Amino acid sequence: MEFFFEVLIGGLLAGVMYSLIALGFVLIYKASGVFNFAQGAMVLFAALTFVNLVERGLPFWLAFAATLAVMALLALLVERLVLRPLANQPPMSLFMATIGLAIVIEGVGQLVWGSKAYGLDLGIKDVPFELGGVRVSQFDLFAAAVAGTLVTALSIFFSRAATGRALRAVADDHQAAMSIGIPLPRMWRIVWAISGAVALVTGLLWGSRLGVQFGLVVVALKALPVLILGGFTSVAGAIVGGLIIGASEKLAEIYLGRYIGGGIENWFPYIFAMLFLLVRPHGLFGERRIERV
Amino acid sequence: MFYREAGQYKTAYATDQRIFPILQDRAAFTALMVAAFVVIPVTGNDYWFNGLLIPLLILSLATLGLNILTGYAGQISLGSAGFMGVGAFAAYNFMLRVDGMPILGSFVLASLCAALIGVLFGLSCHRIKDFYLIVATLGSQFFIEWVLTKFAWLTDYNPSGVITAQKIVILGVAFDTPMRRYLLVLTIVVLMTLAAKNVMRSAFGRNCMAVRDMDVAAEVIGINVFRTKLTAFAMSSFYCGMAGALWAYAYVGTVEPQAFDLDRSLQILFMAIIGGLGSIMGSFLGAAFVMLLPIVMNMAGSAMFGHSIDAGIVANVEHIIYGALIIWLLIVEPHGLVRLWQIGKEKLRLWPFPR
Repeated sequence: MEFFFEVLIGGLLAGVMYSLIALGFVLIYKASGVFNFAQGAMVLFAALTFVNLVERGLPFWLAFAATLAVMALLALLVERLVLRPLANQPPMSLFMATIGLAIVIEGVGQLVWGSKAYGLDLGIKDVPFELGGVRVSQFDLFAAAVAGTLVTALSIFFSRAATGRALRAVADDHQAAMSIGIPLPRMWRIVWAISGAVALVTGLLWGSRLGVQFGLVVVALKALPVLILGGFTSVAGAIVGGLIIGASEKLAEIYLGRYIGGGIENWFPYIFAMLFLLVRPHGLFGERRIERV
Repeated sequence: MFYREAGQYKTAYATDQRIFPILQDRAAFTALMVAAFVVIPVTGNDYWFNGLLIPLLILSLATLGLNILTGYAGQISLGSAGFMGVGAFAAYNFMLRVDGMPILGSFVLASLCAALIGVLFGLSCHRIKDFYLIVATLGSQFFIEWVLTKFAWLTDYNPSGVITAQKIVILGVAFDTPMRRYLLVLTIVVLMTLAAKNVMRSAFGRNCMAVRDMDVAAEVIGINVFRTKLTAFAMSSFYCGMAGALWAYAYVGTVEPQAFDLDRSLQILFMAIIGGLGSIMGSFLGAAFVMLLPIVMNMAGSAMFGHSIDAGIVANVEHIIYGALIIWLLIVEPHGLVRLWQIGKEKLRLWPFPR
């Protein structure tokens, strides 16, 4: 039983990391209705930039700030060069454009920073400690704390700050938001920049776990089942979805993998999410759409 | 002036229902077929067949398959490569385990296997739609890749997990030279394209388009939406499965499951979008564009810089240009290359006179 809890807690904490990636997706989807396939590339790009700045001798906070600036610049460029010309196109075209964007960002990242893998040490020891007979990874706890802080900060921003409220208005209804004078392009820039910041935090956490390397992009894809489990439009859904996916994935690997062979982590979340959707087609917290002809 | 329908009267329903109603189109199509079946086999060399034409035709077929699902029925799929993998591995196993199995029979059976699995995952479209479907099809992609890697029985316990395609012999004729394999692929692709073109003009095709344009409305006018979507899934995976079988047998010969990974699926999706969703011809244009682009860029790169620059940098620059071109194309021509073709045809009606 203790082993079960150990796996469960490990999975939940890993799920927090998935939630972080999903968060970036949700923010952009809510504000601009864009299904951003490039989030994974952004995570990789942010982590690569940060690591290289640190390697060039910048102190941690300076490198962090510089990377934030780079991500903000990226958001600016994306809005100007991709989103604005594609305004009013079907969501499918925008989705395809973000795949193109992912290719470009990956290419630029590797062109500027090289394609070798980097180690990243945040100075947090990954030593497990005992908690009521169950071993818990210290690093995972730290990641969970960071995620919690980030989500709290974001929800305060969305409920208190004027910009945050404007973003929620945009998410609710583009045209209504525009009609009361909310500048849509600026909101897009802001939300992509916030997503960039989330990508940086995600990249740092994942990077110190797996190393800063190309595989981060594939990890980021795991955010998709998280997203559909939680519902595309819900920040809370991203968190809960992440926890469920993380826990179920680890449990399945241990208890199911025994019978049908290991390595099922690669597909289990997707199938799990798919089966879940059969019961609830809009995810846990997604908005139920009423369809009319 | 030269390309116009004026004076071409339709006096029977059969002529009204032709695929190419205009004489000039028919002539152009005939010329294209003569070129593909006679001129190219006589004049082409092995590099052209192996390096260019065979993969181009096969990928066009896969793109066509995806286009049936995404372009006509409106269901986004990121799993095309997985179904190609099913086709390739199923064909191998049918050939291996059934005595006296004719090769074309195994291709068809393999494609049916792919169709079956496509339907299995397509069942989810009963409740899921739009972007939610991406995750379901992504799941099928990763799941199939995992199955093909995990179960050694599928590769006949090959230690490196690859399959080596058996020789293609049809009615005693061995298709062993690139030219012959090209002809085989070309024949299959042309036949299946004609079939697709006609199916999409049939009631089923129109049902598909109705479902794509608005599924609730389609349901209201009495179309069985679920069945239409499922049939589209089956047909699409059938085409992808055949493309996969041809990929293994007529193109690479030895193939590993990783040849059918997510990147391949994305590539096929790009081909469909860039060519033009909901267009048979677009599948071919898109496949040609996406396949030729890296080759052209590669040649341009080495022509401009020679070999003085690190190959990695050139590859990255190619990557960037590739991605940027996709975005640019989506901006300037959201309906794909086939739209440019239609505009060209409109212009051709007046040419050479000024408007």
